[in-house]
Amino acid sequence: MICLGIEGTAEKLGVGIVSMDGEILANVVKHQPLFGGIHPREAAQHHAENIKDVLKEALKKAGLDIKDIELVAFSKGPGMGPCLRVAAISARTISLSNSIPIVGANHCIGHIEIGRLVTGAKDPLTLYVSGGNSQVIAYDSGRYRVFGETLDIAVGNCIDQFARNTGLGNPGGPIVERYAKRGEYLPLPYIVKGMDLSFSGLLTAALKKAKNADIQDVCYSLQETAFSMLVEVTERAVAHTGKDELLLVGGVGINRRLQEMLALMAEEHDVNFYIPGPEVMGDNGAMIAWLGLLMYSSGTRHRLEDTTVIQRYRADEVEVNWR
Amino acid sequence: MKLIDKGAEANLYLDKDTIIKERIKKAYRVTELDETLRKSRTKREARLISFARRAGVPTPVIRDIDGNIVKMDFIKGEQVKDVLNRVLKDERKRICEEIGKHAGRLHKNNIIHGDMTTSNMILKGDRIFFIDFGLGEINDTVEAKGVDILVFKKSLRSTHYRFEKECLDAFIKGYSLEYEGYKDVLERLGSIEKRGRYFAKR
Repeated sequence: MICLGIEGTAEKLGVGIVSMDGEILANVVKHQPLFGGIHPREAAQHHAENIKDVLKEALKKAGLDIKDIELVAFSKGPGMGPCLRVAAISARTISLSNSIPIVGANHCIGHIEIGRLVTGAKDPLTLYVSGGNSQVIAYDSGRYRVFGETLDIAVGNCIDQFARNTGLGNPGGPIVERYAKRGEYLPLPYIVKGMDLSFSGLLTAALKKAKNADIQDVCYSLQETAFSMLVEVTERAVAHTGKDELLLVGGVGINRRLQEMLALMAEEHDVNFYIPGPEVMGDNGAMIAWLGLLMYSSGTRHRLEDTTVIQRYRADEVEVNWR
Repeated sequence: MKLIDKGAEANLYLDKDTIIKERIKKAYRVTELDETLRKSRTKREARLISFARRAGVPTPVIRDIDGNIVKMDFIKGEQVKDVLNRVLKDERKRICEEIGKHAGRLHKNNIIHGDMTTSNMILKGDRIFFIDFGLGEINDTVEAKGVDILVFKKSLRSTHYRFEKECLDAFIKGYSLEYEGYKDVLERLGSIEKRGRYFAKR
């Protein structure tokens, strides 16, 4: 079976094509050029204008015709309403016009499943970090359970907002990472609540500090503080769950310093650490396609009425029948 | 002296009846941050553990503090995390009500535990000991108390999901018996949850 997946939860629009044996045949991602934060309506507009081209490009890359697609999947949530709806409508159109089944997939679980697929991790504790999410997730009896998460904004959002408000530019992650290479440590608020975290106070303090401190020092300290918090709660979750594998997913996972810190922690606890390649680390269509295949092949069937979007679709709401 | 556990942030050694808890250096953290966290948490833990006991919550007696090392009495029991899913319903409810009472006693005295999960509670006989106060603080705000309860609630959801509701109900019963400010805290708990990313309406 061949599945086409459409990802559209935020500023990225992705179309991926994956076969049942786990081969990624195409994975095309296009994103809206950003000059500020993401405007949901404008991002949705971008997706609507580009879906045809992205779809064509993905099919071309895979060497397939739309008639070869046997299942279509889309990102059902969590994400921005207008963006989610463009992905859902596109998927419904493909499903109806080609008479093929459709499934709505949870975006967070998509990240985890494509991570497992490409790295070979079997039952990992997952740190999922991106512009919109920061969660520590592990599987247990039929569901992905959230062991820790941010109580306010996501880590990626914290770094992006910092970069925007200090004039460093967009997207903030790679820029802050570059500046952080030559900084020195300044104390910033470090907020961990059990396995949960908070980044909003850190953002405010870093912005305040940036007014009269060296920007490289602030970038360095912001990264060190935010990532130490993430590694600490992940470490606590490793001890709590006793899992012996760790998987890093989400756009912020591309950051080398975060990877390095997690690797050091994993080594200390004798845990195998897995990092998927950058092409599947951030939002992409292949992860939706692969999760769609897993769901469909284990019996999930969605009628057209079931294909609504859910903006606050949590990973722990999904009944997992493929594991 | 025997290494008995490698926890998330500390190594635990057992020397006769004494637990030696050493917050070890984390290679992933910059030295300044690492040292600040380890020292302040060790100090805080020792202080809050004594405060908590005075408030009526069983905790291990502290024998000595030295830098990143704290020595305390060994509580020979079982982590509530491992007990809760296996006991009968009545016992489960009793345990959770007792935990709620302890939380109420802490909050009545403005003590925030900071990591109130079932990993950090030990059942010995029919008493429940609270340990691991390293993330705690003295704080009289409704917000801090609300977050403290949220941490416990989420540990039920992730680790004791089959009994989430009955455990939480029993906890709240115990909490409200001990702490008269409970209404404000529970109300705040709701608004803290809604503030989170992708809060599911349940």
